[in-house]
Amino acid sequence: MMETIFERPKALADVPFHYCPGCTHGIVHRLIAEVIDELGIEGDTIGVAPVGCAVFAYNYFNCDMQEAAHGRAPAVATGIKRANPENIIFTYQGDGDLAAIGTAETVHAATRSENITIIFLNNAIYGMTGGQMAPTSLVGQVTQTTPYGRKVEMQGYPIRMSEMLATLEGSSFIKRCSVDSIKNINDTRASIKKAFQCQIDKKGFSMVEVLSTCPTNWGLSPAESMDWLRDNMMPYYPLGVYKDVTGGDR
Amino acid sequence: MMRVIFDEDGCKGCELCTTVCPKKIVVMAKDRLNAKGFHPAQVIEQDKCIGCRFCAMICPDVVIKIKKRKG
Amino acid sequence: MDKVLMKGNEAIAEAAIRANCRHFFGYPITPQTEISAYMAKRMSKVGGTFLQAESEVAAINMVYGAAGAGVRVMTSSSSPGISLKMEGLSYIAGADLPCVIVNIVRAGPGLGGIQPAQSDYFQAVKGGGHGDYRMIVIAPSSIQETVDCTIDAFDLADKYRMPVMLMGDGMLGQMMEPVSFPEVKTDHLPKKDWATTGTKMKRKANIINSLYIHPEELEEVILKREEKYNTIYETEVKYHTEGLENADVVLVAYGTTARIAKAAIALAKQNGIKAGLIRPITLWPFPTDIIAKTAPNVKCMISVEMSTGQMVEDIRLAVNGVCPVHFYGRTGGAVPTPTAIFEQIRRYA
Repeated sequence: MMETIFERPKALADVPFHYCPGCTHGIVHRLIAEVIDELGIEGDTIGVAPVGCAVFAYNYFNCDMQEAAHGRAPAVATGIKRANPENIIFTYQGDGDLAAIGTAETVHAATRSENITIIFLNNAIYGMTGGQMAPTSLVGQVTQTTPYGRKVEMQGYPIRMSEMLATLEGSSFIKRCSVDSIKNINDTRASIKKAFQCQIDKKGFSMVEVLSTCPTNWGLSPAESMDWLRDNMMPYYPLGVYKDVTGGDR
Repeated sequence: MMRVIFDEDGCKGCELCTTVCPKKIVVMAKDRLNAKGFHPAQVIEQDKCIGCRFCAMICPDVVIKIKKRKG
Repeated sequence: MDKVLMKGNEAIAEAAIRANCRHFFGYPITPQTEISAYMAKRMSKVGGTFLQAESEVAAINMVYGAAGAGVRVMTSSSSPGISLKMEGLSYIAGADLPCVIVNIVRAGPGLGGIQPAQSDYFQAVKGGGHGDYRMIVIAPSSIQETVDCTIDAFDLADKYRMPVMLMGDGMLGQMMEPVSFPEVKTDHLPKKDWATTGTKMKRKANIINSLYIHPEELEEVILKREEKYNTIYETEVKYHTEGLENADVVLVAYGTTARIAKAAIALAKQNGIKAGLIRPITLWPFPTDIIAKTAPNVKCMISVEMSTGQMVEDIRLAVNGVCPVHFYGRTGGAVPTPTAIFEQIRRYA
């Protein structure tokens, strides 16, 4: 008799992803779905998809979903949460969505300690539109809109969102993870679960930033992209917990 | 004894699974293309699989299922 | 029903609460801030939610989320803030979500002024956001009518699953008149089984979305909405008329301007000039029929607006050349006087 020790999580819709080969969006989708299965909350969860490569995320989860305008997912999530506070709300956003056009919505959801969970994929580039600079693109990074490399005197500095939001009193759990290795993938899963639990326990705003790859627009193979992430992104975006007040009674 | 099952037509040939298998038994099938036109990943020497699930954990398209024979 | 003296802005807020609106997302902007202030006081008392957002952009997207979650929800702003909400309104229309948006119009463009105006007509009825969509736009001209229209707005929004705009102006928002609040029942409205309230593992996932990558699919969705808009055009037009029977000159005016036009018509009568009034209450759907039916019987029509002339274009479309359609207006926050309007009547009579 064969026992299944690994299969597609139930909360993940059984449809193929449209993402490029080796794109880590798929890994994070699976982790979220596994956490939803484990916590048994699929029936009460509503996800908010961004505009960006993950715009079709509303097709990839079996829970109710809403598609938000570019950058507005934290505001849409606030509306859903305030409408039915017993629901569990997560947003799934890229770096352009969350740290460029949606910065105000992100900062204010955090400072309100809105009881939602944000999953923030940071791959330092705009993927869907073909590889333009993102607010998290590294200094010197070549993109469609920084063809000679990002220059500080022209495009300023990349934003460290986890550190920034951690300064806000309203932030309850902020952690930066990565899906570049099995160890880090498992840590990301545990962190996503902790963020959802923070929300379930009504302890306020939680965000998990996940360093991710974009093989197509980085111009690297999926495996090379993992190396590039380790060698270039991790030094500027150190992994770790930046805020955690979920232990005591908030 | 393990069984590593690939939904071959779902594989996009990204090869990430081949980079994490501690037993180096996940390999690309150079002899054929799947429905998407990619060389799919596969495990030939199923008996060497230790059931660590690393390949399945890193697969961005969740095409790997792993079964374990009881006893 | 007992009457109470109330400021327009506050009457709108109370009417929304009486219509079972329990979620309001606002942002301060003169001349409508009292709506938020009133909601801040009242909502918690009725188990509702008032939230001051970080911007009008965030507020309208909170409305999107709450509407998608199936609750009655409202937001309000004034001209510059309404411009910021236009993107959100296009998404709300594109995702077929019911909600009520209040625009207490002030003079524009740009920062403009804070006095009353009607220069947002085009933005409201021609769809200020992107894409093929419409909003039902209702323009009351008294505080009691504002209360009734607010309540109607919620029913229309739920009935047709679309955004409904209540268009007032700085004067209506700020002035006080006695009002009473009718009893409201909502059991006659369609159930919101499309809302994202959580599948509870008992149904397939609901998705609130306006993105359709395949053109044929998007076209089909848009054309289905057009049918809805046509139904609304045939069944939901509202207007008020006075003295059309033997009028030589007919004024067309809405909101505050319509009240002033009545005074001008009285002046004309004293001077032996027969003038009438058509007062659109729904700006969209526009009262095309009554205007088209009246045109052959009159010497001319005059559109009176607090703008440089926007509704006049729709009047000309309705009249279709059957009689001259003139325009008179003040803008920038200036309000036309009865005598000035009367001068126009005399000029064209």
